[in-house]
Amino acid sequence: MADKLHFSLVSPARELFAGAVDHVIAPGTEGEFGVLVNHAPFMTTLKNGVVRVLEGDVVRHRFYVRGGFADVTPAGLTILAEEARSLSDVNAQEIDVEIEAARLKLLELDKDDTRRVVFEHQISYLEGLRNALAN
Amino acid sequence: MPSLKDLKNRIGSVKSTQKITKAMQLVAAAKLKRAQDAATAARPYAERLAAVLANLAATTGQGGPKLLSGNGNDQTHLIVVMTAERGLAGGFNAYVAKLARLKIQQLQAEGKTVKLLTIGKKGREVLAREHSGLFVGHVSLSDVKSNNFTDAALSVGQMLTQGFEKGEFDVATLIYSQFKNVLSQVPTAQQLIPAKAPEGAPVIDLGGAQYLYEPSEEAILEALLPRYINTQILSAMLESSAGEQASRMTAMDNATRNAKDLIKALNLKYNRARQAQITKELIEIISGAEAL
Repeated sequence: MADKLHFSLVSPARELFAGAVDHVIAPGTEGEFGVLVNHAPFMTTLKNGVVRVLEGDVVRHRFYVRGGFADVTPAGLTILAEEARSLSDVNAQEIDVEIEAARLKLLELDKDDTRRVVFEHQISYLEGLRNALAN
Repeated sequence: MPSLKDLKNRIGSVKSTQKITKAMQLVAAAKLKRAQDAATAARPYAERLAAVLANLAATTGQGGPKLLSGNGNDQTHLIVVMTAERGLAGGFNAYVAKLARLKIQQLQAEGKTVKLLTIGKKGREVLAREHSGLFVGHVSLSDVKSNNFTDAALSVGQMLTQGFEKGEFDVATLIYSQFKNVLSQVPTAQQLIPAKAPEGAPVIDLGGAQYLYEPSEEAILEALLPRYINTQILSAMLESSAGEQASRMTAMDNATRNAKDLIKALNLKYNRARQAQITKELIEIISGAEAL
């Protein structure tokens, strides 16, 4: 297939991936979906999970994303993740340290502090990321 | 007339001040580079999110979620003032505080209730003199490391969306310093809630096809709005931090130059005084010799 799908993955901090690929599989809230080139315009929210980028049948990149949106337009697929990390960039020990740090911060906060939600989300994201690493 | 020793001490002290300001300027320049990189890296996300929101808002029109259309009131205003944690950055904090004060006066003159949320210590210190009664909260940026404002922005966003749902305010406006370039940072007021769909965002050409939404347009809009607000706060924080460093760099550059001028002037004075003393001693010796 000559045509390729333009895929970009951006998080608030930076753009993690931009380029032409064959196939992207992303975790939508209503189920995992795959996007090939010339997909119909489509927009969905995402849940925490792994985004896989495929070249042919080979998985080239795996990113663990936290929530966000996928937006498919004729121009390509854009994933706006709240947070995303490439699974090849992280290791389980670092994640353990981060989970521990986030838990400690959560303990410091009052019960009705509005910031609790932020850290709770952060912890569940990190735990999911570690599970994804283990697999 | 200061003695030679006084002048010497003075020169020494100005010289060490100059060393400090020079070092601060270099540190600020290095930090500015990093802050600018972080702000640039965050731009694609903000731009795309704005485009998606503009697209969605255009299709839903009126009667969307409250975060977009407002709750129908315009009585209680929350003003979020974003400044730096540290001073010695020229007029950076003062300009933001000045705009905030103007805004408060303007709203109060219209008979509105004003509440203040401060981000960054300096703005709070300045506004505490006149408006401490309006404070409803404060977010410190002191534990933010290496331009990672994500958590701080999420916390602020959470406070805002929850406060809005509880009806603590009707309109939220953010006052921060917009980073134009290294020499110019413009204090800006930006309405956060109800969210304003960005104007002039590029309309995505679907080639006649219809968007499919999963789960539904409304659900996506509802999930998107808090994130859009968070993103606006995050970009403001990044710009503000870049602006702070730029402003500090310029201020410290000026201070270093002033110190240089001052040292020059003091050196001249010191040399004159020394010369005058030598002349005086010579006159004393000569007149002593003549008297013999």
